[in-house]
Amino acid sequence: MIDTAPAVGRAPDRSSSGPPRRRRRPRLGPYLLIAPTLAVIAVLTLWPMVQIGLMSFQKVGNRQLRGEPAESVGAENYRQIFDDPFFWQTLRQTVLFAVVAVSLTLLVGTLIGLLLHKLGGRMSNLVASGVMIAWATPPVTAAIVFYWLFGTTGGAVNWTLDALPDWLVGGGWADYNWFGSPLPTYTVLTVCVVWQACPFVAVSVLAGLKSVPSELYEAARVDGSGPWRSFWSITFPLLKPIFMVLLVMSIIWDFKVFTQLFIMAGMANRDAFNLSLYAYSEAFGSLNPKLGLGSAIAMVLTVLLLVVTALYVRVMVRQGETK
Amino acid sequence: MRPRLLRRFALNATGIAVFALSVFPVFWMVSTAFKPNDEIFSSTPHPLPEHPTVRHFHDVLTGRIAEVAFWEYFRNSLILAVVTVVVSGLLALLAATAIARYRFRFRTTFMVLLLVVQMVPLEALVIPLFLDARRLQLLNSLAGLAAVYIAFAVPFAILMLRGFVAAVPKELEEAAAIDGAGPVRTFFTVLLPLVAPGLVATSIFSFITAWNEFIFAYTFLDDQDKFTLPIMLQYYFGHNSTAWGPIMAASTLLTVPVIVFFLLVQRRMVSGLTAGAVKG
Repeated sequence: MIDTAPAVGRAPDRSSSGPPRRRRRPRLGPYLLIAPTLAVIAVLTLWPMVQIGLMSFQKVGNRQLRGEPAESVGAENYRQIFDDPFFWQTLRQTVLFAVVAVSLTLLVGTLIGLLLHKLGGRMSNLVASGVMIAWATPPVTAAIVFYWLFGTTGGAVNWTLDALPDWLVGGGWADYNWFGSPLPTYTVLTVCVVWQACPFVAVSVLAGLKSVPSELYEAARVDGSGPWRSFWSITFPLLKPIFMVLLVMSIIWDFKVFTQLFIMAGMANRDAFNLSLYAYSEAFGSLNPKLGLGSAIAMVLTVLLLVVTALYVRVMVRQGETK
Repeated sequence: MRPRLLRRFALNATGIAVFALSVFPVFWMVSTAFKPNDEIFSSTPHPLPEHPTVRHFHDVLTGRIAEVAFWEYFRNSLILAVVTVVVSGLLALLAATAIARYRFRFRTTFMVLLLVVQMVPLEALVIPLFLDARRLQLLNSLAGLAAVYIAFAVPFAILMLRGFVAAVPKELEEAAAIDGAGPVRTFFTVLLPLVAPGLVATSIFSFITAWNEFIFAYTFLDDQDKFTLPIMLQYYFGHNSTAWGPIMAASTLLTVPVIVFFLLVQRRMVSGLTAGAVKG
């Protein structure tokens, strides 16, 4: 079984601990236990978040890196990016990519999850291990391998497309350059990201399916419902919490995809930028670093993701995850 | 009987197709790594190398990529991963015990904080953390990176471990307390051995976080002898973008340890990520 943490969410039952004499007063204990973690998170996550906010209203460049104090520029950084059509282009690419990649990830992942559930034990394990290999591959390797697969010299994909009949896929694939313009680059990126992300969806859906009592499906079958209807009236409602979590996590992961795009498009290929690559390139990409401007872009990305995170936290709290 | 057999056949065939498609990129990587150059650049690629060679592996392992031997990159990656695993495991075990064993005032706040922190985009945090590390002279050192990786691994490790701690019956600890063991001794003799499997699963996750990380290592590290494996791979790819043999051999060396670890703990990882989202 996938769920190996049976007691998750069950609160320790203090009232049943017997004698009225309070054993081990839990006054300071828990706070001491979480203190180191809190310190680490505060210094390395929360404080930097505050810094992004502050820096997005400042000019931080070479002179500041040499030690001069940062100048406050008010909302100038934000005015600059919102007035720049290039920002809106990267935002559009970020959102479009996320919509396509998230939908495909959820669709393909759910289908694989359903398949894993239907397959016999040994076959199911084999296929699960297979998709898991995709998930485990480091993003850098995944990007490089896909770059190679879609390459022009010796690339397996172009060779296959060229070998297929022309009426099916069209001709002239042998020398097709996938990394010459944004749309084909994003196509390869989508394939790469979906390949890596759908195993997680598949295995989560499988874990959910195993918890659905099979009597429900039998009853539905007796009542004459087909597989399509069974999915939408039994599986989907019961697994809705899991789908919510998967949806939110996929949105967050795909919104800020960096490594794969960095490898495939690089910093020089501005046309293919998404928000995180844009922020990074403003902050670090040239000899004249604009860390303040980069922070403003990063701030936009963070705020967008925080909205999604708020949704996620709401779902988790509702499901009793924080009990 | 007939349609049922047919259905079974179709299901298994789909299963094999899904397996083949998901394994294919990794298979192609390994297969390319063993092909001699003329086969790699052949206009009709073959799935398996016809004259397998270990030359590319030999080149990667003994040659100098960016002035430094492969093993130095390997060592850097390994040091970072081990430090991340040990420190984040320790922090997570303490915090998970607090959450699973005590009810305290800011418990819910703390857990919501963990959920939020997990979602914060590292791609944004890299800008201020670069400046902080620069100020503290931690750029270009593994110590600065280790601190960052610990912070990123800890929230997930806590959420994953808390289930394992909660699963240890409290009566065992109470029995130890009655026998006169103090809280520290109880922790080491009762709780720790029982949570060990969970700790292993969490550790492997932290290991992978540190092992695979790219953006911070790329931003923080300047000197080639400090590079981690992913940065070495990116650097090599950037400078020899058509030397597919050595690139794929290096990719294989980077990927295989992670895949092995991953297959060992795959089930637990999922339960940690979506724990409790299924209420059966």
